[in-house]
Amino acid sequence: MLASVRSATEGDGFVPPGTKDFDLPPIIEGVEWFTKPVLLVMVSVVLISVFFVLSARKAAVVPSKFQFAGESIYGFVRNDLAKDIIGHEFMRFVPYLFTLFVFILTNNIFGIVPFLQFPTMSHVAFPYVLAALSFFVFHYVGVRKHGVIKYIKDIAFMPGVPKPVYILLTPIELATFFLVRPLTLSLRLFANMFAGHLLLLVFILGGEYMLNDSLLIMKLFAPFSFLFGIALTFFEFMVQCLQAYIFTLLTALYIAGALADEH
Amino acid sequence: MRTVIIASEELNPLVPHTAEIIVGFIAFSLLYLVLRKAVVPKFEKAFTDRTHAIQGGIERAEQAQLEAQRALAQYNEQLSSAREEAQTLREEARVQGAAIVDELRAKAQEEATRITAAAHASIEAERQQAVTSLRNEVGALAVELASKIVGEALEDQARQSRIVDRFLDDLEKSK
Repeated sequence: MLASVRSATEGDGFVPPGTKDFDLPPIIEGVEWFTKPVLLVMVSVVLISVFFVLSARKAAVVPSKFQFAGESIYGFVRNDLAKDIIGHEFMRFVPYLFTLFVFILTNNIFGIVPFLQFPTMSHVAFPYVLAALSFFVFHYVGVRKHGVIKYIKDIAFMPGVPKPVYILLTPIELATFFLVRPLTLSLRLFANMFAGHLLLLVFILGGEYMLNDSLLIMKLFAPFSFLFGIALTFFEFMVQCLQAYIFTLLTALYIAGALADEH
Repeated sequence: MRTVIIASEELNPLVPHTAEIIVGFIAFSLLYLVLRKAVVPKFEKAFTDRTHAIQGGIERAEQAQLEAQRALAQYNEQLSSAREEAQTLREEARVQGAAIVDELRAKAQEEATRITAAAHASIEAERQQAVTSLRNEVGALAVELASKIVGEALEDQARQSRIVDRFLDDLEKSK
């Protein structure tokens, strides 16, 4: 319905980009599930695998530039995220955190790569999956470490707090651990990518619209819109890296919390 | 068909597509397996190898330094002992030299003494011989002379020699 509205009003007025721009048609007609984000996720898996497998293949003591590039990213997740936050048991979680980081990073950066230009994580299903995995991982780790009863008890009844405070604290703590954490984890990533992509669309589609307008003044201001779109692309790049980092960092923090003796 | 999908799903971007959940899960799991199997162990191996290489290098360098120090100490020791030895040898040589000189000097002295004594002896013998022959000859000559002067008076042999001897003894006394 809206699509028809848009086509009808084209040329008459600017239709701002909205949620409809995130609903992409199937790439192959009839295969409804095979859309652009699905393709991008598959591409990302292939790209990341090829890059890191080739980079790590030789595992030389004196690395080539290519190996060094892969190693730097791996070393960043391993040392700055896993090791510094989780501590001596960190090695178990490095593969998961590493996968998480490069997967999110690559799919985010797809948002500004020419021709791909779509951040996969702006489709909420992917952040949901990742948040659910992280949710499962850190609870599983906590239960394995402390046992179900002690783990839940430590969450619900934080030690060292006066008893009446539990009336307030217990619901908050339970909600934090079982609802707020996975939700914020997924929604933060989703919303950032969604909003970022929308912002780029506004300036670039807006510029295009102004350029096509019959008024000269509109044509003159179109380049500014494009320029701002380009500036925002750099900003988006920062946000994309940052969100990949935050997601991984928080997962590491949750794991560290679950492993700690007191929550 | 498509418009229906768009119309129904664009309303809420927070509702996930089931297909994407499945694809996302499978894709992530696959990537996880690949990275865990083929990438993480390799990088870890590279890291450990590098740590070992660096540590080994440092250890080797330390070892080499220790060895060099030990060798230096040894050389110094050898050098000083060699110097000492040379000193001893020099001292010995000097002592020996002095001994040799002394010995030679003593020998030469002895030889000189011996030669002098031999000379003295031979001179004495010759003198003795000369004295004896001289005495005989002088006696004979004197007798001959005297007999020529005195004539037959002094022909008696015994008297002759007594007179000569007395004369010669007087001669020696007066000398």
